[in-house]
Amino acid sequence: MQDLIKLTDEIIEKVSACNSADALNDVRVEYLGKKGTLTLIMKEMKDLSPEERPAFGQKVNDVRQKAENAIASMKEKLEAAATAEKLSAEKIDVTLPAREQKTGHPHPCQLALDEMERIFVGMGYEVVEGPEVEWQEYNFTKLNIPEGHPARDVQDTFYINDQILLRSQTSPVQARVMEKGKLPIRMIAPGRVFRSDSIDATHSPSFNQIEGLVVDKHITMTDLKGTLSQFARELFGENTKTRFRPHHFPFTEPSAEVDVSCYKCGGTGCRFCKGEGWIEILGCGMVHPNVLKMCGIDPEEYTGFAFGVGLERIALLKYEIDDMRLLYENDLRFLGQF
Amino acid sequence: MNTPISWIRDYVPELDVSAQEYSDRITLTGTKVEGYTVLNKNLSNIVVARIDQVEKHPDADKLVVCQLFVGDRTVQIVTGAPNVTGESVGKLVPAVLDGGKVAGGHGGEPAPEDGIEIRAGKLRGVDSYGMMCSIEELGSDKNFYPCAPENGIYFFPEALIEELGLKPGDDAIKALGMDDTVVEYEITSNRVDCYSVIGIAREAAATFGKELKLHDPRKTGNEENVADLLKVEVRDTRLCPRYMARMVKNIKLAPSPEWMQKRLRNSGIRPINNLVDITNFVMQEYGQPMHAYDYDTIENSTIIVECAGNDEKFRTLDGQERTLDDTVLMIKDAGRSIGIAGVMGGENSKIADSVKTVVFESANFDGINVRLSAKKAGLRTDASSIFEKGLDPANAEAAINRACELCEELGCGEVVGGVIDVYASPEETVRVKFEPEKINGLLGTEISADEMKRIFAKIDLGFDEDKKEVIVPSFRRDLHCMADLAEEVLRFHGYDKIEDTLPVGEATTGKLSFKLMCDEILRDAAEYHGFSHAMTYAFESPKAFDKLLIPEGDKLRDAVVISNPLGEDFSIMRTQPLNAILTSVAFNYNHRAECCRLYDLSNIYLPHELPLTDLPDEREQLTLCAYDKDIDFFTMKGVVEVAIRKLGMTERPEYDASSAQRHAYLHPGRRADILYKGTCIGYLGEIHPFVVKNYGFKDGTRVYAAVLDVPALLEFADFERKYTGIARFPAVSRDLSMLVPKDITAGGIEKMIRQRGGKLLEDLKLFDLYEGEQVEQGYKSMAYTLTLRAGDRTLTDDEVNSVMKKVLNGLSTMGIELRS
Repeated sequence: MQDLIKLTDEIIEKVSACNSADALNDVRVEYLGKKGTLTLIMKEMKDLSPEERPAFGQKVNDVRQKAENAIASMKEKLEAAATAEKLSAEKIDVTLPAREQKTGHPHPCQLALDEMERIFVGMGYEVVEGPEVEWQEYNFTKLNIPEGHPARDVQDTFYINDQILLRSQTSPVQARVMEKGKLPIRMIAPGRVFRSDSIDATHSPSFNQIEGLVVDKHITMTDLKGTLSQFARELFGENTKTRFRPHHFPFTEPSAEVDVSCYKCGGTGCRFCKGEGWIEILGCGMVHPNVLKMCGIDPEEYTGFAFGVGLERIALLKYEIDDMRLLYENDLRFLGQF
Repeated sequence: MNTPISWIRDYVPELDVSAQEYSDRITLTGTKVEGYTVLNKNLSNIVVARIDQVEKHPDADKLVVCQLFVGDRTVQIVTGAPNVTGESVGKLVPAVLDGGKVAGGHGGEPAPEDGIEIRAGKLRGVDSYGMMCSIEELGSDKNFYPCAPENGIYFFPEALIEELGLKPGDDAIKALGMDDTVVEYEITSNRVDCYSVIGIAREAAATFGKELKLHDPRKTGNEENVADLLKVEVRDTRLCPRYMARMVKNIKLAPSPEWMQKRLRNSGIRPINNLVDITNFVMQEYGQPMHAYDYDTIENSTIIVECAGNDEKFRTLDGQERTLDDTVLMIKDAGRSIGIAGVMGGENSKIADSVKTVVFESANFDGINVRLSAKKAGLRTDASSIFEKGLDPANAEAAINRACELCEELGCGEVVGGVIDVYASPEETVRVKFEPEKINGLLGTEISADEMKRIFAKIDLGFDEDKKEVIVPSFRRDLHCMADLAEEVLRFHGYDKIEDTLPVGEATTGKLSFKLMCDEILRDAAEYHGFSHAMTYAFESPKAFDKLLIPEGDKLRDAVVISNPLGEDFSIMRTQPLNAILTSVAFNYNHRAECCRLYDLSNIYLPHELPLTDLPDEREQLTLCAYDKDIDFFTMKGVVEVAIRKLGMTERPEYDASSAQRHAYLHPGRRADILYKGTCIGYLGEIHPFVVKNYGFKDGTRVYAAVLDVPALLEFADFERKYTGIARFPAVSRDLSMLVPKDITAGGIEKMIRQRGGKLLEDLKLFDLYEGEQVEQGYKSMAYTLTLRAGDRTLTDDEVNSVMKKVLNGLSTMGIELRS
């Protein structure tokens, strides 16, 4: 018996002295292997009396159990140490530069447009498009701009011939949508428009507008005001105030221009808003009854409002871009900032 | 339009607001103020001073020492002005005293923002307590003060001293009419009545709730009758609805009085003489352009209004010869043209200094015709730009009578009695039904009918209580229907006073059109692969065709041409998207970008026929273009395939090199049309080295482009997705290593393998391609891995072998040998 206790101590001591998986395995083979010490002791059992056998067997098994536990826990320890060593050897300098992943950048006009589309889609507007090369009929006549009206001047509009031109506004999409006759209408129509302006910091012969149109029963000027005020708050921030000023457009009556409070200075006046505290952002109004009539809608039954926003203007304001030419140069040093 | 506030106050005497408040509030009622200029902002402590003594400076030849009486004392001022001499003694001058301010220097250099302060000091050792001023130092110039000297101190002219009773010590700025604020308005084209001081005054009175005090021209004229001295015949009453003429004889030309000069000057108009000033004054006051003819030059004392002859040559009073046609309305005498109606008079009837008798014309011409005439004559004048807006015929009468009144008042001549008035069919008064409930319905307001009527009265609209109609005065050319009245109500009720509401009623679904959804996916795919979004112009130069090597006669050269372009560089609508994107990519190359990937998503314009009789086909193109060491033909191909897969196009596109011959701008050995289910959906390739050079890249730069035709994609794009399950049975892989004749393409091989592999062939991957030493001349070595799988069972060896056998048989018909 004394031997067995000693043997246990001996095994545990040997196990704890192991410093590698191989050494540990050697210990295991030495004591627990087929020809190991404990296996041999177990074989001695046959020499014992049947009465003594169970107790002896029990004791030997205890030793074996202890030895196995010791080996297992040592094995775990050794493995953990080995892993730690390996990981430590794999240490990297995490501050080394990132491996560059090439990514493209959206155009600031598209960013601004996406945001406006989100706002209006959220309000139940459908986003549609119309042709850029357009009949004069849609660009002018159906918008209450008759022959001879100064707005038709060739100084402002690019003509292909008498009847076909490059649309000078997105408003012809209004006429096209109304003509389809599906009511009610809530739509916005973004797109390219063309005016005969030379290129400079604030002008371009081609730019983008977003047209808006709502036609339904009982649409009012207060609806227009509420809608655009909400739009301005969503686009420029919750504290944005709007100011509606009377204006004139041939296809709306009453008409208005809309200013928003300068979001740089909050309306106190700064260099950004040229000291005025207000920045003009769009034109709007109630759809002129003549326009409704020409597009086959009864103005006695239906009313509507329309608005037109200059996309570039919004992008320039929102992203504080000081020169419109940057928008069409496509300089990566510029685009990369969006 | 620029108008001094003091002139508005002539008609609205009770107007007592600051310039800022005036601007803010009148803007909100629809007369937009662009800005205002306080003329005396930088002028202070400037008095009328009398020069009492002029002595030579003891130490400086060019300076003189003056004693000036300033009302309560005498001050000494040293000046170097060339026009102050011994002879100046007794003259009155504007002088700024110690601590005062002037607007600018005497050299006419740009004036400093806050003016220049003047302090007492010594000039070459002699004390000087101020400065005598030139007109430039006061912030104006000789154009507006014709009696100012070319160079030197302004001396108050005798007439002005007499008119104002000027004496030393008086406020010199007031005497010069500079105590004023000039307001600049943006008048909308519908409000032609507001291109006049009276029109703006009416708006101001209504805005601020003050009384408008208009002046009715006094009856003028001697006992003669102009009708006995002049005949007027209007032969085109459509283009000239009304023609009025009056006559003034015994003309005495002289400078006009200060009050009139001040009004003109502060409106930005140069005072000339009493006669010219009167017509300019009336034009400002009433918004009615007038013309004055020298009666003695009018042949046969007859004025005829009719159109010019075709190709008629006519010399306008600025000395230029103009060529006209038979649509241009002219003023003629018995024998010849003497003016282009509404645009400019002729040199032949110009008022000379020797003029004795003047005929005033105050007419109403068709606005559109005047605009077209001005364009044909190449001459847009102040008069034509007003006439073209379409004037009120009633205004012609008020204006001509006002001009005659002023002639008498200024002693400009003797007004002849009577008025010639050819007014064939007087306009009918416009009446609009008053429907307050409809107005409120449109506005979303609850404004009372009485309040609306009060607003109408404020702006001089009449009201017929019996018929419940608003009577529109003739000067309001813009009011025709209920919506127009609604705007008038809202302007004075206040745009800012109405509520914010949101439309109610039937709900609508907010969404993007199918095409816009696809656009979004294409943009995402491009950006995901490192391409940035470029925006380009739709029009370009026809030179682009040559730069892109597009041959003469190619269909791409049939472009829609703009008839009035900004210049050749913007004259045609593009028929291909490459010029614009290559220009942008080259821009980055020239700015030394190491690499550049751009994409454009916009239209090309393909005419159905030329000249255009129908709208062209606008086809949106996704154009990818790049130079980058990490990009080659196959990268572009990969981007294209991701883009179309994202659109739900799950089939494999095919690439056709032979049909791509049409793309002359692409490298002949590296270009392909992209086919999807047999339809061409775009093309890609390396840009031809000649084209690359044409855009300014260095030789050897490899630039790649891929173009997808969005309308073609839309035919196939599909957002329906169906889950087909994950394969449950194992796949079998077999490698095929082949010796392939060089001219057989991978596409051909894959097509064959797929065809022969049938349903069991799940995937096919090229894993090796080799051409070189170890391969027989004329051959290349290619190796594919085939993955075979059945959805419902594990494949047996026999099945696999049978498929492989079919594949191998197919390949061998192409002359392909299996390598061991």
